Amino acid sequence: MTVSTAPRRKIRFQIRPIAAVCLLVVLFWIVVALFAPLLVHYPAGDMVSYDYFGPMSKEYWLGTDYLGRDIYSRLIVGTRYTIGIAFVGLILAALIGITLGLLAAAFGGVFDTILSRAIDTFVGIPNLLLALVIVAGGGSSIPILIGAITVIFFPGCYRFTRSMAVNVNALDFISAARARGEGHFYIMIHEILPNIAGPIMADLGLRFVHIILLLSGLSFLGLGVQPPNADWGALVRENMIGISYGSPAVVVPSLALASLALAINLLIDNLPQRVRDQLE
Amino acid sequence: MNKRILEMIGGRLAVAILSLFLVSLAVFFITELLPGDTAQELLGQAVTTEAASQLRETLGLDRPAILRYFEWIFGLLTGDLGYSHVSDRPVASLVAERLPNSLTLAAVTMAITIPLALSLGIFAAIWKGSIFDRAISSVAIMLVSFPEFMIATLLVMWLSVYLQWLPALSFIPTTADLHTVVLAYIMPVSVLVFGSCSQMIRLSRAAIADAMVTPYVEMAMLKGASRSRMVLGHALPNSVAPIVNSVALSMSGLLGGVIIVETVFNYPGLAKLMVDGVSTRDMPLIQTCSMIFCGFYLVLITAADIIAILSNPRLR
Amino acid sequence: MTKYPKTAGETLVSIEDLRVTATTDSGRTIEILKGVSFDVRRGEVLALIGESGSGKTTIALSLLAYARAGCHFSGGHVLFDGVDLITLDEGARRKLRGNKVSYVPQSAAASFNPSKKIMDQVVEVAEIHGILDKASARDKAIGLFRSLSLPSPETIGDRYPHQVSGGQLQRLAAAMALLGDPELVVFDEPTTALDVTTQIEVLRAFKSAILDRGMTGVYVSHDLAVVAQISDRIIVLKDGEIQEAGKTEQIVGAPAHPYTQALISAFEPVEAEAAGSRLTKGAVLEMRDVVAGYGNMKSDGKPHIIAVDGVSFALQRGHSLGVIGESGCGKSTLLRVAAGLLPAASGACVLDGKDLRPQVSARSKDELRKMQIVFQLADTALNPAQTVGNIIGRPLTFYHGMKGETRDKQVIELLDMVRMPAQFRHRLPRELSGGQRQRINLARALAAKPDVLLCDEITSALDTVVAAKVLELLKELQRELHLSYLFVSHDIHTVRSLCDEVMVMFGGKKLETFAAADLHAEARHPYTKLLASSLPTLDPGWLDNLKQDPELVRKFAHA
Repeated sequence: MTVSTAPRRKIRFQIRPIAAVCLLVVLFWIVVALFAPLLVHYPAGDMVSYDYFGPMSKEYWLGTDYLGRDIYSRLIVGTRYTIGIAFVGLILAALIGITLGLLAAAFGGVFDTILSRAIDTFVGIPNLLLALVIVAGGGSSIPILIGAITVIFFPGCYRFTRSMAVNVNALDFISAARARGEGHFYIMIHEILPNIAGPIMADLGLRFVHIILLLSGLSFLGLGVQPPNADWGALVRENMIGISYGSPAVVVPSLALASLALAINLLIDNLPQRVRDQLE
Repeated sequence: MNKRILEMIGGRLAVAILSLFLVSLAVFFITELLPGDTAQELLGQAVTTEAASQLRETLGLDRPAILRYFEWIFGLLTGDLGYSHVSDRPVASLVAERLPNSLTLAAVTMAITIPLALSLGIFAAIWKGSIFDRAISSVAIMLVSFPEFMIATLLVMWLSVYLQWLPALSFIPTTADLHTVVLAYIMPVSVLVFGSCSQMIRLSRAAIADAMVTPYVEMAMLKGASRSRMVLGHALPNSVAPIVNSVALSMSGLLGGVIIVETVFNYPGLAKLMVDGVSTRDMPLIQTCSMIFCGFYLVLITAADIIAILSNPRLR
Repeated sequence: MTKYPKTAGETLVSIEDLRVTATTDSGRTIEILKGVSFDVRRGEVLALIGESGSGKTTIALSLLAYARAGCHFSGGHVLFDGVDLITLDEGARRKLRGNKVSYVPQSAAASFNPSKKIMDQVVEVAEIHGILDKASARDKAIGLFRSLSLPSPETIGDRYPHQVSGGQLQRLAAAMALLGDPELVVFDEPTTALDVTTQIEVLRAFKSAILDRGMTGVYVSHDLAVVAQISDRIIVLKDGEIQEAGKTEQIVGAPAHPYTQALISAFEPVEAEAAGSRLTKGAVLEMRDVVAGYGNMKSDGKPHIIAVDGVSFALQRGHSLGVIGESGCGKSTLLRVAAGLLPAASGACVLDGKDLRPQVSARSKDELRKMQIVFQLADTALNPAQTVGNIIGRPLTFYHGMKGETRDKQVIELLDMVRMPAQFRHRLPRELSGGQRQRINLARALAAKPDVLLCDEITSALDTVVAAKVLELLKELQRELHLSYLFVSHDIHTVRSLCDEVMVMFGGKKLETFAAADLHAEARHPYTKLLASSLPTLDPGWLDNLKQDPELVRKFAHA
């Protein structure tokens, strides 16, 4: 008897045009964040022009800000702050939330009850409010911002993972694995996780949008990334007086934020049906 | 059976009180225990350590945190909200001055958002797949993606700077007439409505859509029911719980919106007070404001849960 | 229905070359109906018989000018009184539904709106079409409740759906369909979800309602015996095409098409082996005074809700013990207790002479290996994210430490054992048919090299012909591998054809155990007799001639 090798599995995905455009936008911003130092025209902190709130020009693609710094360069560097902080926070929140959620579903019982109750406490505090409290207590250094994002967003990851995992846990193939004598960890990793990975990824995408909006909001209030550094939210804040001049300095960072958030939201809205069915 | 409903409602209330207690623990210990020294902060960086420790003593910051927590809780319960060292006034009077303004703003927003968002969500579900539905869904997903400060700044640029129709700031003098007040409210309320209605539209539409694929709605259709009868008569009564839940969830977003909007428009509300408190690290003020906000939020969530319990026919 | 000869009326519905196409997510189109033509005459009941995927429900819904989401009419005509329903606009379709054509759904429990009172839903038809005012609609509904022999017809409508039983809901759904005096009633598997004892009550109510009104009906079912009781003509469908059409007596008596013959042969009585014809070599699995259930323990050491109440049995090595009973009798719970998934509150479970601990985590790997459980629904019993090879291979690794090529070879052998080709090991469960999945489900259990298989209704969700093949496979495997089966089923016919001994359960308790061949013996428990007599046969006069003790029915049936 010969043992044949597994044939290549055909993955049939119908990608809608709108999803493709959104994916390009998201990739664009990821590339910008990754290669920011190569893309800037001037050091982001340098005052390069005497003309504050200057218009778009050949030297200063997006004009200058309230101190005469190059907005294009500051936007590029700001991308790094916004995406970087949000991404690290998301990863930490996801690691904690998904692990705890799987544990709660696999073990159940008192462990699940106590954990869920405790984590529900955090859900009782609105996001931005909790962020304010943490920043008030710890200041607005970047580690504190990342910590705040983690603390604010891991309960959501936990609840989503747990509810998905509990649904899968009730299915017969889990009972079959338990009856076989499999341990909790095998069941968590090999039986449950592969069935909920798709929806969890989509959920993390939506959470990433919430994180960048929260982080920018915090910076907009002056409580996020501190001068002289600036993320997209802080860029809007420091140039607020530019409103009366109709300066691009106020509008451009907002548009950057909106384009990224919208692209992610639309991308997830246009995922293949099979993944979306599981999302509900 | 009514006993069971009462038991469940009692359970929800107990959970809400327990949550509020845990929230108070979280708020107190986050603000007190994270690195960052209040005394140092108040006196500025250039102060001697002796001066700082002396101030700590006068503020009572040298005593164990757990003791101060119980003093704080006792104070909250008896109406003694502490003393703001930054503005040199009792927190209670600061809050009393600002709270009504924030409540007005939130109430006006909710009065507009809830009926507007729910009817848009329900009509989108009735005419699912129509141009109306697609337009509403597209607008909703855009609004979900746009930060409130962006909507606010764009509105200011357009309506105040370019058209000069509305005031850019919402500071209302006490002597102002109705016209001025209304004008001052238009932009903050619009931003809040935009910010909080999108999520509610999406969730209520999804809740109805879920109910629309159930066999009992199909049965109604096979009895000859029209689309609106299927939605209003059959899907909606079974979607009360998720819809009410979506309203409660949107309130978290509304609070975030209020914080941003009060700052952008310099609106004299509690959220602006708290943001200023965070910048100056005015802990007693921050703690009190947090508890007030969380208290209101928990009341709304609990109310939503109770409505959901009451809407379940199996408990009637 | 030979006893009530009717004159065939003029044609009410004429379906001509009907085609329905479905579009899948990935954009592929599938023909569900491939050109179906037939007539329904006034005053007759026409049955559509077929297995899952035969298109019978799609045809039924087309009579209401409706195609489910993802499907559309791609050709042909549905002429109702000369009007083509497919060409009607949405408004005209609404006027038809509930008014001229009405529908009795498969699961009334799901088809009643849980948050509205039953009466409001029954009279809604009159309200929608403006047929009757509210008060007379109510009176008419109460009259219908009475004629469908529902208990307390005056007040049953004031309840919510979750407050009445499944059999009652099914009759209430029929009342809802009849309220508008439709010209055609479509019954979509209306008794499939019911227990056999309940099914009889509902069938009787339907039949008398049909006869009283001289009703025209289309009755969709997968069960030939049920249909034989109620229909005048039968159309046999498979894969969206008509295989055979004819009078009921002809189809069940002298089927012409091979497919119909295969369906009929599944009903042929199987002779159970006479008691004691096989040697007993001692019990392999024994349970004594087992009590188990759900919820917290009460002070007397029993669970809050008791599902299994003091059951004892012994499964002989190499034999099969069938456990029968209706839904909620505790038969599936008994299996979960044996497997250790639900620890017993008290009692003993002895495997191979060794006492087993109640919970699975406390049993040794070898104890677990010897006893394998096979679940009813292969759709949920196989991990959708794993290939067949991994699903079958895991027990090989887990119990026998096999890896790599040895494991792969063993997987192929196991596939062969359940009569499936080797290349299937690369497939995912969703790429298999229902019968194939159930074979994989079996192969996974066999991979452990067990002594005992615990089978939970493993043929119930399968189509008749497929189920018969799986049963045949079980018998062969038993001979080849000397397996012992604890076989739970609600279907006395299946149990009798497979098992040596039969145990009857009711309300968590064991009523009796007997050799399968002695099912019809005089000494049987009255409930066993009731169960046996409730299973419909192909004889069209069966329902009319059936005599059951009403006292007994009241005591045991959940109607």
